[in-house]
Amino acid sequence: MEKKHFLSGDEAVAFAVKLCRPHVIAAYPITPQTVIVEKISEFVASGEMDCQYLHVESEHSAMAACMGASLMGSRTFTATSSQGLLYMCEMLHYVSGSRYPIVMVNANRTIAAPWNIFGDHRDSLSQRDSGWIQFYVENAQEALDVTIQAYKIAEDPKVSLPVMINLDGYVLTHTYELVDVPPQELVDQFLPAFQTTNKLDFEKPKSLSFSAPPEWQTEFRFQQFEAMEIAKEVINQVDKEFGRVFGRTYGGLIHEYCCRDADYVLVAMGSVAGTARIVVDQLRAKGKKVGLVKLRSYRPFPKEYFQDLGQRVQAVGVIDRDISFGYEGAVYSDVKAALYRPGAQVKTVNFIAGLSGRDITKENLAQMYEPLEALALGEKVSEIQFTGLRWT
Amino acid sequence: MAVKIKDLPDKELLYGHKACQGCGGAIVARLALKVLGERTCVVLPASCISSVTTIYPQMAFFVNSLTSAFPAAAAVLSGMAAACRAQRLEDVTLLGFAGDGGTIDIGLQSLSGAVERGDDFLYICYDNEAYMNTGIQRSGLTPYGAWTTTTPTNNNAVGEKKFKKNLFEIMMAHRIPYCATASVGYPLDLLNKLAKARDIRGPKALHVLAPCPTGWGHGPEKTVEIGRLAVETGLWFLAEYEKGQVKINYNPKKFKPVQEYLIRQKRFRHLGEKDIAVIEEHRDKEWEILKKHAGRVE
Repeated sequence: MEKKHFLSGDEAVAFAVKLCRPHVIAAYPITPQTVIVEKISEFVASGEMDCQYLHVESEHSAMAACMGASLMGSRTFTATSSQGLLYMCEMLHYVSGSRYPIVMVNANRTIAAPWNIFGDHRDSLSQRDSGWIQFYVENAQEALDVTIQAYKIAEDPKVSLPVMINLDGYVLTHTYELVDVPPQELVDQFLPAFQTTNKLDFEKPKSLSFSAPPEWQTEFRFQQFEAMEIAKEVINQVDKEFGRVFGRTYGGLIHEYCCRDADYVLVAMGSVAGTARIVVDQLRAKGKKVGLVKLRSYRPFPKEYFQDLGQRVQAVGVIDRDISFGYEGAVYSDVKAALYRPGAQVKTVNFIAGLSGRDITKENLAQMYEPLEALALGEKVSEIQFTGLRWT
Repeated sequence: MAVKIKDLPDKELLYGHKACQGCGGAIVARLALKVLGERTCVVLPASCISSVTTIYPQMAFFVNSLTSAFPAAAAVLSGMAAACRAQRLEDVTLLGFAGDGGTIDIGLQSLSGAVERGDDFLYICYDNEAYMNTGIQRSGLTPYGAWTTTTPTNNNAVGEKKFKKNLFEIMMAHRIPYCATASVGYPLDLLNKLAKARDIRGPKALHVLAPCPTGWGHGPEKTVEIGRLAVETGLWFLAEYEKGQVKINYNPKKFKPVQEYLIRQKRFRHLGEKDIAVIEEHRDKEWEILKKHAGRVE
């Protein structure tokens, strides 16, 4: 029987980690992630969790220690946020390039300067090319469920890639919700004991995380590329299997809401998707044919889905909780590139919103659908729009 | 227990590497594996040794090995040690093998953290006194007066203007279970320290002077001789810290003149009498401190 708990997003993650029975946890405190590792520390201290907990001296060392533990054959976990994610950036590439199936939660928080502890996606989007699978979740339940899924995806021998689960700072990390915590037996049934071929071997010694000369680097990169392509299928499969065991599914790479007959849709990642669904309902009640695409997996990116979407709808708006200065929102660039296939007539607009913890309200979202409607009617609108900007 | 050279295994666990002739670091690595054995896992941060041993598909270590990020060797070891505890893996030796820059500059934070946590590993800093892998740039262990590509000596400049950081004391300040200094010029002393470190649980650190013919400017056949002269002139020292006590392993009654060491290396050729006086004065001060440490009971 699943048990309902009143948990914050951070606590839900800690419960998920406990259920996944990692051998080694290495972590360094940073707001708004810290509650995760505090809760895990309590589990370890009380004996509820049997694992080695390393109090490391930096995020760089947190990821390095997870790498060391993983290559010895241990399941690992760490959590970080913002500046901490950037501080471990070098190790992110080491881990993905060496193909260690490490799972990490990143509590999304903006990057200084200006310094700020509140949420946007600048931290994780800046690590887009680090070779990690990136999930963005909508609520505490999804945070718990995807953490469990993440181990299964990362440890699939066809994938063997690290997974980063992104959780909006404060809005998810510190907001309490009723969360179903599945029983241990069910998780054990879903997630087998840790196994990897990518570990040291005392019978046949190995070199791992080695150097590769120009003659070989391309081949290793191709393998990483291929693993990400395979991960698309594995992510969808694992979500379905999760549904069979636990009764909840999320749609795999993306989750569509009212998109089947939609004329124009918004694309969003993370917690704002919940608010956006309410707005879709309100607009639908007024007869507007609007929809919402929740982008769950940013890497691997569901290119094929958006290629198809571009043939079905007239306008697409993308919410970016970040901007790539000198161009546009990074998520927008990716979505747009996939939408515009030869012959595609779809129009697009980019909303830069929710920076550094600024709320994205229902009104903001309703207003985003207006330029989309205008685009669908053939009118012109400005392509990059800062939502709620003081100066116009 | 003292190591006997004749009892060392014939089997080589490091060969076929691409190090320069006479590489002091390669000597240290080879001897270390003779003592530590086949169930050793070597962690190499960016360094000469990593770039001459683990280039796919030609691997020169015949024990488990991996390259870590430059600042992270000790943190990786720490994670490996935690995994050994979690999985109850016994009889495994975790060896960090890092250069001077990877230890004293970019790697110091992670080394400090790992030693503080008390994880079971041996960390060897093979000290060739500059970033040799990137082409002889100064590090925090480059000695006073040395020419490097970033401490040039044109226009009568002295070269490096600062003295070596003291890794031995930094490790002592952590109350590490065991740390020692050594030199490739004294292989038996080194082997004994390796054996002692192998049998102690918790973090251990060895700081081994490893002359570099390419960066220091001496013949490849002179590596061991230079390693001895460093100790005989008092510019390097052989000591141990164990159970809170410092022991000096070699305490020359009279130092050989430092010129005998300096003149054999191109990196010091530009030094004049004044510089040599500075070096001697610093040496004598350092020895006073070392002797005080050795006389102190904690």
